[in-house]
Amino acid sequence: MTISERAFHRRLFLRRGTALGFSIICITATLLAIAVLGVLLVQVASKGLDRVSWDFINSFPSRNAGDAGIKAALWGTLWMMAITAIVAVPIGLGAAIYLEEYAPRNWLTSVIQVNISNLAGVPSVVYGLLGLALFVRAIQLERSVLAGALTMALLVLPIIIIAAQESLRAVPNSIREAAYAVGASRSQMVFHQVVPAALPGVLTGVILALSRAIGETAPLITIGALLFVPFTPHSPFDKFTVLPIQIFNWTSRPQEAFQQNAAAGIIVLLAVLLTMNSVAIFLRNRFQANARG
Amino acid sequence: MGIIQPPVTRSVSRIKPRGQLEARLRNTREAAVTGVLFLCAAVSVVTTAAIVLTLLGETVSFFQDVSPIEFFTGTKWTPLFTPAQYGVLPLLAGTLLIAICAAVFAVPLGLITAIYLSEYAPRWLRAIIKPMLEIIAGIPTVVLGFFALTFIGPDIVKPLFGTSQIFSALAASLAVGIMIIPLISSLSEDAMSAVPLGLREGAYALGATKYEVARRVVVPAALSGIIASFILAVSRAVGETMIVAIAAGGTPNLTWNPLEAVETMTAYIVQISLGDTPQGSLEFRTIFAVGMTLFVMTLAMNIVSQYLLHKFREVYE
Amino acid sequence: MIEEPLSNSERLIRMATIGRPEPKAQVPTPQTATPVTDQPGEAFLEARSLNVFYGHFQALRSVSIQVPGRQITAIIGPSGCGKSTFIRCFNRMNDTIAGFRAEGQVLFQGRNIYDRRIDVVDVRRRIGMVFQKPNPFPKSIYENVAFGPRINGYEGRLDEIVERALHRAALWDEVKDKIRQNAYALSGGQQQRLCIARALAIEPEVILMDEPCSALDPVATLKIEDLMRQLARDYTIVIVTHNMQQAARVSDWTAVMMMSEDRAGECIEFSATNEIFTNPREKRTEDYITGRFG
Repeated sequence: MTISERAFHRRLFLRRGTALGFSIICITATLLAIAVLGVLLVQVASKGLDRVSWDFINSFPSRNAGDAGIKAALWGTLWMMAITAIVAVPIGLGAAIYLEEYAPRNWLTSVIQVNISNLAGVPSVVYGLLGLALFVRAIQLERSVLAGALTMALLVLPIIIIAAQESLRAVPNSIREAAYAVGASRSQMVFHQVVPAALPGVLTGVILALSRAIGETAPLITIGALLFVPFTPHSPFDKFTVLPIQIFNWTSRPQEAFQQNAAAGIIVLLAVLLTMNSVAIFLRNRFQANARG
Repeated sequence: MGIIQPPVTRSVSRIKPRGQLEARLRNTREAAVTGVLFLCAAVSVVTTAAIVLTLLGETVSFFQDVSPIEFFTGTKWTPLFTPAQYGVLPLLAGTLLIAICAAVFAVPLGLITAIYLSEYAPRWLRAIIKPMLEIIAGIPTVVLGFFALTFIGPDIVKPLFGTSQIFSALAASLAVGIMIIPLISSLSEDAMSAVPLGLREGAYALGATKYEVARRVVVPAALSGIIASFILAVSRAVGETMIVAIAAGGTPNLTWNPLEAVETMTAYIVQISLGDTPQGSLEFRTIFAVGMTLFVMTLAMNIVSQYLLHKFREVYE
Repeated sequence: MIEEPLSNSERLIRMATIGRPEPKAQVPTPQTATPVTDQPGEAFLEARSLNVFYGHFQALRSVSIQVPGRQITAIIGPSGCGKSTFIRCFNRMNDTIAGFRAEGQVLFQGRNIYDRRIDVVDVRRRIGMVFQKPNPFPKSIYENVAFGPRINGYEGRLDEIVERALHRAALWDEVKDKIRQNAYALSGGQQQRLCIARALAIEPEVILMDEPCSALDPVATLKIEDLMRQLARDYTIVIVTHNMQQAARVSDWTAVMMMSEDRAGECIEFSATNEIFTNPREKRTEDYITGRFG
């Protein structure tokens, strides 16, 4: 069966048209996705930019929207982040090193791997429930920064482990062989050569995980972080609040003034995140430059 | 056998000769290091066990006071009122309604964006768009909730559909959709990049247009990876808390109408945690039963999507 | 010892152009090679009936070679015949590969290094290795050389050890002003000499070289060959090479390996280099050397 010239060209025209139409849909869809980001930023900025000031950053929350500030929330966030990092990074890095460099390739190791992937997908409220039962009640840490930080540490642990594993995997095997060949033991090879070489990637992963932790609200609400906290923490056992919770609190109030506070709080939160990610990118580039020489 | 020691002119400061003791110390050190590292890895297993035990324990104790049948089939959820009713279906329906609407919005958008990035976009454009998608993925959910409440609700849903109330499932699910678009996009794009170039080139050589190659070659080849990304995204939408707590509403409502306000399982947990319900009371323990349901749902979805991803990788590696 | 290196190559070329000499009697394989020239006593490093398996696959069959001390022994053969596998048995680098199993013995100074009681780190301290592709650590030149002595405990100053090793590797003059710079900034040939310095820094007795020049340009290759001859005065060197001319130029002894029908590698001949290249006993050796295959 042959295709007549005219029929072929007619079909080709249709096909080309479909292809063109699809390209347009593609570009529109992608632009739409990106435009949303722009709209969001503009909207937040327009509502809240005026409200951001040194007073705002340095005041405690109050019933009067005009006097309210995010000092307690900001300090709470910093305290929580610090403790989370201190707990989660060594454990996460240790787990990743074990899985990549030490673990035999058997069923137990596969189970641990699969388990970590599943943990990464567990909803954050569930971590909050775990934290409530384990840290707040069982270990009796009450609603302290420590309980919150430990809960968040469990939350970000899978992310750190996965990122660290990828970085370790990226270190070429030739380096491991070279270390063995001069008489290094496994731990000497891993800690003197492989881990330093993987450090830029690990650092980036850690900062990304901590960025995620900063924005998390639900688990902390569940363990009992308070909405209205007019003081900054002075010890890990103090009660606390964090930026996202403060924002949530203000968002839930109908008055327009509180909405503006919420928007301002969001700007501060996004600024903190932007700083962290910029630091991550800067550190990664710097380490990579050093390694290249 | 004789032992040959070639007389070498060596330096004076040489490596000092080692013996059995040093070897044994080294082995002990190695074993200790391995042990510590194993414990770190074990923390993850302990975490899962703790989650399961906690939820299971509290749920079992809850089911001693409330019949599971009422829980899973009842259509009214009023634990804080009298008479208290414990049917979880309204919460479940709220969760599913939001997840499905978010998927309907995000899946086509995410997939098309992925196809565009994978097959069409020039390198410089990819280098701009991909980071932007990463940024969207990094936006804290409270911010998206705020966005849903103050913009999507009043400025998009209200004018389009003429609703009068502040909260609606639709506004929340649009925001949830925005949240999961980057997830779908990046996972689908990974799946499509893994498809070998040779397959595409074969099709191009036969005179296929870009659209035809994408639709008939690349997407089918990457299908299990793409579907895995959908399932993972829906799982994420199911587990989402803050957006729905802010913008979807606070009253359980068994409905399929996205314009109404609904409450999801996650939002309920937050609501109780914020309230004054005494810990240990039956009302408080409902959050664990709801949490268990949530956990099982997302776990099932994650396992299915992991399996699909694994199957996909096997084919191309 | 060996004659002037070039004469072997000349003979090689002559042999190829004139035609092959009379066929020798077939000697059944495997054979334990008996070196032809004077040998000062027992072998320094020896493989005895070494069989190597990766899982079910046999990579080496009953290889027996006696490596004399403080001379250069070359291992040649077509690609895939197991040369690298074999040389890596000498410092137990194959232990890192999953499924690896060795039967038979590898004797160093009379002791079987595969004995359970032997400390593998000790083996690797005394039998060093240089790899095919230069693999310096992503650190400074100084740190690369200092790593070995540092982790093994040292007596004396690290600076001295590093400088001495770099001198012995004929690299000191080129890097003495930039010793804290990253090793990746060096050229390929320099990186390989750095790897040699790194191996020398822990003062081994044997240096194994697995095709050390195959990733390098001809100029760098010649520099490393000169270096090898210098080092052979103080160290025992075993080199794997697919370049026969290089083996002829550089080595005192040569082992010829071939892949048998079931893809297991065997050593079919081991003699003084002159003998291998002018008067090989095995027909397969002769065929390989004259380029009829491989």
